[in-house]
Amino acid sequence: MKLHEYQSKQMFSEHGIPIPRGRMALNAQEVKSIAEELAGRVVIKSQVLVGGRGKAGGIRLVNSPEEAEDVATQLLGMRIKGLPVRRLLVDEAAEIETEIYLGVTNDRSARCPVMIASAEGGVEIEEVARVTPEKIVRVWIDPLLGMRSYQARFLASSIGLPRKHWKAFTRITKGLFETFLDSDATLAEINPLVITGDGRLLALDGKMVLDDNALFRHVELAEMRDIDEEEPVEREARKYGLSYVKLDGDIGCMVNGAGLAMASMDVIKLYGGSPANFLDIGGGAGSEKVAAALSIILKDPSVKAVLFNIFGGITRCDEVARGILSALKEIKTDVPMVVRLVGTNEAEGRQLLADANMVTATSLADAAKKAVALAKENSAS
Amino acid sequence: MSILINHQTRLLVQGITGREGMFHTAAMIQYGTKVVAGVTPGKGGEWVQDGKVPVFDTVQSAVNATGANVSVIFVPARFAADAMLEAADAGLPLIVCITEGIPVRDMMTVRHYLDQKGSRLVGPNSPGLLTPGQCKVGIIPGHIARKGDVGIVSRSGTLTYEVLYALNEHGMGVSTCVGIGGDPIIGTSFMDVLEMFEADPHTEKAVLIGEIGGSDEEQAADFISDHMTKPVVGFIAGQSAPPGKRMGHAGAIVEGGSGLAKDKIEALKRVGVSVADHPEMIPELLD
Repeated sequence: MKLHEYQSKQMFSEHGIPIPRGRMALNAQEVKSIAEELAGRVVIKSQVLVGGRGKAGGIRLVNSPEEAEDVATQLLGMRIKGLPVRRLLVDEAAEIETEIYLGVTNDRSARCPVMIASAEGGVEIEEVARVTPEKIVRVWIDPLLGMRSYQARFLASSIGLPRKHWKAFTRITKGLFETFLDSDATLAEINPLVITGDGRLLALDGKMVLDDNALFRHVELAEMRDIDEEEPVEREARKYGLSYVKLDGDIGCMVNGAGLAMASMDVIKLYGGSPANFLDIGGGAGSEKVAAALSIILKDPSVKAVLFNIFGGITRCDEVARGILSALKEIKTDVPMVVRLVGTNEAEGRQLLADANMVTATSLADAAKKAVALAKENSAS
Repeated sequence: MSILINHQTRLLVQGITGREGMFHTAAMIQYGTKVVAGVTPGKGGEWVQDGKVPVFDTVQSAVNATGANVSVIFVPARFAADAMLEAADAGLPLIVCITEGIPVRDMMTVRHYLDQKGSRLVGPNSPGLLTPGQCKVGIIPGHIARKGDVGIVSRSGTLTYEVLYALNEHGMGVSTCVGIGGDPIIGTSFMDVLEMFEADPHTEKAVLIGEIGGSDEEQAADFISDHMTKPVVGFIAGQSAPPGKRMGHAGAIVEGGSGLAKDKIEALKRVGVSVADHPEMIPELLD
């Protein structure tokens, strides 16, 4: 789960990291009054959960409360990479001398958090890593010992930070790590961390991603989820405990198990087709869940054929067949469907679907070829 | 003719009275696995599975009473870290964690502690292990595999069953099948299992089933190049997966340009591994 900039910075601030004065607003009137409170130049920042807001014109510097109100009205009508702007952060403008990058994430192969710093702040760190990898410094943090002061000093000296800022930098680094740890984040990033004209360190922008699997112990953080920012269909899938990712092809897929779902998509592609989605119904799915999954797939207008690949272990093929039938009772559709059922109760499952006018397949390759052919036929007609 | 589990395995089931624990314990017993004990805090003293398996409150008491040497964990995600630590503390040399959805932070501390204790963890988010004809630990359907000389190691569940099924259809058998789990932080890597297959006199060939995310497959490729004499066939799932999107498994995500399927496939091909275009081709490549 991603947090907005204003939410991330709020959490940084609670851990002793200096952030600009400012607040989130939902309408232009509020923006104006915050600008009046802050007195002087302010930055109005669109709060959407995608990168590149600045380039898209979603971040604007204004000189007066009146201008702030005008700009806020414009921004609130905008879409950035398809996402409508519904919230604005109004921050006092900072005078920027230097921009630094500071972030912490999990290193999978080292199996511990890694704190990353770079003198090249304000640009995407992936880009820095690609073009000038020598400008990135890392320290690995022992999960049992936490972030130590010497590690922060090592980062500070390695990125050439003037000594007079080391104390503040160490405090910020430790604060960032604590924020990361306390909230079960998988990413906590300050980009840029700036040195201002008057010599202060300030977290100008913030980004956090939380571990969905840990939200059970962070009820207050789970409530911060901005459901307006999600695809309605992905939200619907989450409600049913389905793992669904929308893709841009035309063959809808329903599979049990994530690895098999990916492999099924790959085989579709191998035979010249293109998957419309990733969908894992999980282990032991009942007919209700299967029905929900099928209705989600069929809601996508680009779907020209559907492929079911079910390898029954804990999942029972007859339950899946019942789910398919009950969904088809609700939704009238001409979309052709290919079913492959193998494993637990496969005979019962096939029997149930015998009258449902579906194409059956014995192997995954066979199923994929048939789905690809049907999708092509259906788009041509 | 196996690695990690065999007919001498004396299995302890943590979370034996839960829905999943109950169901799969029955299946494991039916397969012939010696399930010697179960643990559910607060239910010590009960007997389950038609009165055949004693339940204990703690792992230590279960180990003391029954000599269990492997533990399999079916407890819910929020209690799983504790369960793994308890098993390691009781000195179990092998811990298999089936549970999915454990927070990453928990896994970092658990792995750290287990390494110090010297316990091997398989998983989490693993379907478990299967040594056909001898022992099944976890949830892999036993009837789809026969005894043989192919070692299988995989990050996935049902995709592995698909491969077992395809091998069986071609009359090929398996020495041991190991599901290492689909999470970003796991106890046992591809490399660890390949090393065991290389050393196992009854494994002649190995199959590696990987997927997008992380760099475990690339490390396996290095290991194969430097240390494996036995042939390896591979498959990598997720060639059609878009970057930045988590594909079901917590660990299956392409981040910052790393973890791509094509890089893994190239790394494996470079060291002489035959990589299948789709999972059903694996038996042909093993021939």
